Amino acid sequence: MAKESDPTTDVIQGTLELLILKTLSLEPLHGFGVARRIEQISRGVFKVNPGSLLTALQRLERAGAVDIEWRESPNARRAKYYSLTRIGRRQLDAETDEWKRRSGAVARLLATQE
Amino acid sequence: MRPFRQIARGLRSLLRAERADHDVSDELEHFIEEAAREYEARGLSRTDALRAARQAVGSVTAAREEVRSSGWEHSIDTLIGDVRHTLRWLRSRPAFTISATATLALGIGASAAVFSAINPILLRPLPFPNADRIVTVADFTGNGGSMPVTLGSYVELKSRSRSFDVLAAADGWQPSLLASGNPERLVAQRVTPNYFEVFAAIPLTGRLFRADEGRAGDACVVIVAESFVERRFAGDRAMVGRSLNLNGNPCMVVGVMPRTFANVLAPTADLWTPMEPRATADFNSSAWGHHYTIVGRIGAHASIESASRELLAIGKAPIPQFARPPWASLRQGMLVRGVRDEIAGPVKPALFAIIGAVFVLLAIACVNVTNLLLARGVQRRHEISMRAALGASGGRLFRQLITESLVLAAGGGILGVVVAELALRGLLAASPPGLPRVDAIHLDGSVLLFAMVVTTLVGLAMGALPAMNVAFGRQDSTLQRGTRTVAGGRGVMRSTLVIIEVALALVLLVNAGLLLRTVRSILAVPPGFDSAHVITLQIAESGHAFDSSSAQLTFLQQALDAVRRVPGVKSAAFTSQLPLSGDVDGYGFEAQSVAGSEGGAMGSAMRYSVSQDYIATMGIPLRAGRLFDVNDRPNGARSVVISATMAKNLFGSKNPIGERMRFGPEMSDPNQWHTVVGVVGDVKQFTLVADAPDAFYVVNGQWSWVDRVHTLVVRTSGDPTALVPQLKQAVWSVSDQVPIQRIRTMDSFIAASAGQRTFALTVIKTFAIAALLLAAVGLYGVIAGGVIERFREIGIRTALGAAPTRIAGEVVGRALSLTAIGVGVGLGVAAVTTRWLSSMLYGVSRVDPITYVAVVALLALTAGVAAWSPARRAVSVDPTVALRVE
Repeated sequence: MAKESDPTTDVIQGTLELLILKTLSLEPLHGFGVARRIEQISRGVFKVNPGSLLTALQRLERAGAVDIEWRESPNARRAKYYSLTRIGRRQLDAETDEWKRRSGAVARLLATQE
Repeated sequence: MRPFRQIARGLRSLLRAERADHDVSDELEHFIEEAAREYEARGLSRTDALRAARQAVGSVTAAREEVRSSGWEHSIDTLIGDVRHTLRWLRSRPAFTISATATLALGIGASAAVFSAINPILLRPLPFPNADRIVTVADFTGNGGSMPVTLGSYVELKSRSRSFDVLAAADGWQPSLLASGNPERLVAQRVTPNYFEVFAAIPLTGRLFRADEGRAGDACVVIVAESFVERRFAGDRAMVGRSLNLNGNPCMVVGVMPRTFANVLAPTADLWTPMEPRATADFNSSAWGHHYTIVGRIGAHASIESASRELLAIGKAPIPQFARPPWASLRQGMLVRGVRDEIAGPVKPALFAIIGAVFVLLAIACVNVTNLLLARGVQRRHEISMRAALGASGGRLFRQLITESLVLAAGGGILGVVVAELALRGLLAASPPGLPRVDAIHLDGSVLLFAMVVTTLVGLAMGALPAMNVAFGRQDSTLQRGTRTVAGGRGVMRSTLVIIEVALALVLLVNAGLLLRTVRSILAVPPGFDSAHVITLQIAESGHAFDSSSAQLTFLQQALDAVRRVPGVKSAAFTSQLPLSGDVDGYGFEAQSVAGSEGGAMGSAMRYSVSQDYIATMGIPLRAGRLFDVNDRPNGARSVVISATMAKNLFGSKNPIGERMRFGPEMSDPNQWHTVVGVVGDVKQFTLVADAPDAFYVVNGQWSWVDRVHTLVVRTSGDPTALVPQLKQAVWSVSDQVPIQRIRTMDSFIAASAGQRTFALTVIKTFAIAALLLAAVGLYGVIAGGVIERFREIGIRTALGAAPTRIAGEVVGRALSLTAIGVGVGLGVAAVTTRWLSSMLYGVSRVDPITYVAVVALLALTAGVAAWSPARRAVSVDPTVALRVE
């Protein structure tokens, strides 16, 4: 699946968890909701492969960063909703800082190159 | 971060894999549905929307696999899959599975059994706090050996040494328990009151001895063993305060020692009584005899080495307060040994030989199964190539193949524990008496752990080679080749393994052969008497009925008369000690005419206080003079018969008859000379291997005392054991107060004299036979496999007119040449290993040519037998069939 998709739409390696956490920090969502939200907010820059998404969600759940809850979706179907825990919130803050630090550094580096 | 959650979730998806998969599928379905809904909202038809959604989401299966393989449980999942696959595979090949598992069970079981036997003797700490500080102290004999200590020496060392926290002495004691109708001689110890402190032992009930107990004239007190209470008093809980009749004296039980107290110096002791740690100035008293064991606990500030140095210093500096007789001069110092070395020492050579043998057997078992796996590998190349072509990596295949050999090893290990249990029973049944800590030998957790470790190592060892061979070997071409192709490289590998097997089998066979010859030559040593048709019974005259020596002598005479009336008895006699039975009773001697023999300066000799007929009954040959006769009576002229070696050493070429001698306690009395009336042949007293000691025979009643314990020796016309009930009845018809025990034939004492070596021989012989069989199977496998691989070639050659004898000759020749190489390698290894065995060999050189020739011939014969059936198959190859194959 990943091989078939357009490389430009792949999520940057290692940032998927950050994106998921950020998305869930706004409100609890089901899996598809997370994927759609990431695509929407990134204006279609990032496309999320469901296999990777569910794997990442499973990893986060086991690490205690997200909780799972079965809820009715708006379309009257039971679905898994993911919500952020306190641990998840801390992880989000930490990863956000880290990301800012790195991207800031990259941006500065690029600026000097110009 | 959250290990508990990690494990719980992992376990859940492992145990409820379908449910977990279902959850993922469900979520993906939801994904598709939501996506389709969006497409529909954009105006697509339901069908088109669903198709578009599925396309966007991609393969559900791939996504599910991705999720599934992300958790830690995935590797376990793979393992379970591999194990299942292996079990299926093994089930479909019962012949292979059974032979491989049985081989491994044999190897693992035998090594686990041997481990469980050596564990308590050599490895596991003795069950005492700070057991490594518990030592025994022994005296040195003139020639560097060790011997028990005198109580006098103990008293001096106890007072002068500073190395020990506790120093105790013990002496063997065999009191008779006189209970109505069931007299029994007990195994007991007389101990200094601090004896139990050495082991930090605590009584089950009652108390330990008080420091001032055991003085002459004190009332008798005893501490009894729990096992004794169970045996004689049905486990009576109220033992303390009871009185036992020991030798006719009431003895009060003051304590019971629990079963957990391992009395390593006398494991079978029923009870203990205190003795006062005091030696009289009279050197002829029992306190100055070499029959005490000293055991102590070394203090925290000292070590075995420093204690030895201290005792040597004390020995070299006698002080007037402690007088010493010449036989306890202590000038050479004392031998201080850890108690484990003390008890394990005598059996160590046999145990090490057995350990070596079992590892060789295990190695052969491994090599054999490796060989089987290699052979399987050749046949499985097609399957493996197929899997490799379908994308399995080398590492993955390697892992699977290693799993297979581990599963196989596990099967062998489980069966091996059963084998170990059986083997252990056999081992203990074959073990010589005196194997230390025998009651502590059983299968326990540590043995199971050992078996598990061995199993794992075996699994890895035997699997690695075939797995590497198959998994990383060249795969590409094998799919193109047919299934039945010549496997040159593997052929070499398998041949090498067979050579190793033959070599290892040779090593075991040579060692077994040397031991066999050793036991033969030991048993061929003339003991100095005629052992055929002789039964012996040990009889104790206990109780106050025998307090006077005249009562004792009367009993002995009447008992002999009664025994002689039993039909089938040819002759009967009493002796105070019996050859090869473990009895040791020696005294210093002096000869009136021999300068330099005064005061026992020429050493000591074994004393046999006997009834007149003893020498004749035992069949000890007369060399000069006469045997005892009816005139040698208790109050008659004192006579003595001496052994040939003693006569030669003492009197040289002079005629010893008529010389005057006196012995041990008699030396302090000027009027106690015995006249030498006869010289008889030497008799082995200790073992058949040890030199016969000097010996002298005196008639009961002509010695300073009449012994309380005698052995009745009876020569019969038929099977001596059949007469035992009548003999006991005859003795008891004179007095029913005498316990009778140690009822054994003289032949059994002789057999026991080679006991340790017989034990090692039995075990190693068994291993060697197993090794030979395994090597034969290995050879057969390789030769038969070779014939199958060369099926076509043989067919073509037969078609072209090759003589069947030539083809058969080639097959047998291959087996013989592999064997020859194995023999060459094995001889090299045996040259080293037999050196370790040499301390056990007797009367045979470790390069004994007969053994080596016999072993090589046996292996050649085995090779011929193993090659027989493949050779016949090769000869009967039908060219038309062979050419049509493939």
